[in-house]
Amino acid sequence: MNKLITASDVVAQLRDGMTIGIGGWGPRRKPMTFIREILRSPLRDLTVVSYGGADVGMLCAAGKIRKLVFAFVSLDFIPLEPYFRRARQSGSIEVMEIDEGLLMLGLKAAAMRTPFIPTRVGLGTDVLRHSPAIKLVDSPYDDRQWVAMPALPLDVALLHVDRADARGVCQVKGPDLYMDDLYARAAARTYVTADELVEAEAFGQGDEARYVFWERAQTTGVVHAPCGAHPTSCAPLYGFDVKHLKEYAASAKEPGGWAQYCERYVACGEEEYLRRVGGEAVVRKLPLPVF
Amino acid sequence: MSDTTLVDTIICAASAAWRHDGEVLATGIGMVPRLAASLAKLTCNPDLMLTDSEAWLVAEPVPVGPRGEYRIRRETHMGFARIFDNVWGGKRHAMVGPTQVDRYGQANISMIGADHRKPKTQMLGVRGFPGNSMNHANSFFVPNHGTKVFVEGEVDMVASAGYNPARLARGWGFDDIDIRLLLTNLCVMDFGVPVLAGAFVQPARGRDCGAGSAGNGIPGARAR
Repeated sequence: MNKLITASDVVAQLRDGMTIGIGGWGPRRKPMTFIREILRSPLRDLTVVSYGGADVGMLCAAGKIRKLVFAFVSLDFIPLEPYFRRARQSGSIEVMEIDEGLLMLGLKAAAMRTPFIPTRVGLGTDVLRHSPAIKLVDSPYDDRQWVAMPALPLDVALLHVDRADARGVCQVKGPDLYMDDLYARAAARTYVTADELVEAEAFGQGDEARYVFWERAQTTGVVHAPCGAHPTSCAPLYGFDVKHLKEYAASAKEPGGWAQYCERYVACGEEEYLRRVGGEAVVRKLPLPVF
Repeated sequence: MSDTTLVDTIICAASAAWRHDGEVLATGIGMVPRLAASLAKLTCNPDLMLTDSEAWLVAEPVPVGPRGEYRIRRETHMGFARIFDNVWGGKRHAMVGPTQVDRYGQANISMIGADHRKPKTQMLGVRGFPGNSMNHANSFFVPNHGTKVFVEGEVDMVASAGYNPARLARGWGFDDIDIRLLLTNLCVMDFGVPVLAGAFVQPARGRDCGAGSAGNGIPGARAR
């Protein structure tokens, strides 16, 4: 079994209008190599499901998103994502704005192959008013109405992991998996970028297998992408690149700023990108965030 | 009163929000709520649970900013999925900083404007507010008491459910919502939660912040 593939071959398999789930959380462990590859492609009209950060911002800036399913889009230390704001304030994207936990339940329902999961989350809020697709249901067990969070099945999930082998065994050693396991299970096809490629035997050592959170059958393809989460973090390997994210956010204030950012950091390709942001050795020294 | 003194006073007053909570997760979003939760843990409620704002439950409050030699004292893992397990079980009291609050205690951090499809100002999104509001106790900290925050009518996007009878689904009541303290730079208010009666002294003594008299637009709330 060999699932190794290149990022451009992964993106070549994507189609306009697909529903794409993006792993990670805000400025953390986003599959940015895939995002930049999508930016280089003619793909459009995507439905994106994400705990959003620069991934969503960049896809908004490039006009790739038709519909966004989200609970927030933020770079955390830069609370408001500039390109996401611009897209929203110009009314150029359709949205399903839901609670962070509802997004998790939607992925979980898709992963379980059930149409919905009942919850109290969302009751009494405008989440229900603005997303009429989310219905209330009567309970067969009590006299209350419950929110029926619909499944969020994904055509494709894009994730970044610390390391993987060619069979698709993926390892995440950072302190938080976020919802990546649910993305992998909610998607018809899951592609990962991995900072490090290892032999299958690596997972047999010590407690290495304890950091594997989904079965390889959930992984369709593996791309070797050192620093593939940059400029977002991949703890414990590297923190997020504050300087780069500030430069990215500042570009939104300049006329033609996005085109300039793209020219400098996207059009050049991944190898040159890594060189332009300082190289692997520099990225791996980026400090982990402290709050 | 100098700014420093005011902030210290607010943090002390805010810490009392957790006094009678027992063994729950205390989450303070933003510097003042975070310090208030930390203070509560060290004073009035040592049973509280705190996180490092990243992925661990810790045995003692984590210092703010760069930690030098300090190592966090971990108790258990507390990644985001685990946070939701805790939220949905109800053993949590969060203090958050909404951008808008209305007379029902409904709160907004999502967006400003009348049209959700095209907001005048896009902010964060609803984040975890909907889930928080239907699952556990919540308090609010508003650093800039005024009509911009305390809006007429309803907030532009109800992210956090409040005591609004028109929005209750069948079978649900006010007992299912638990809004505790509403702290501002001027005063402390609540919605008449009996468990908090006499919990502490109003900190901004001498300021007129009675409901209705400060133009705060929340007749449902009362000054403490």
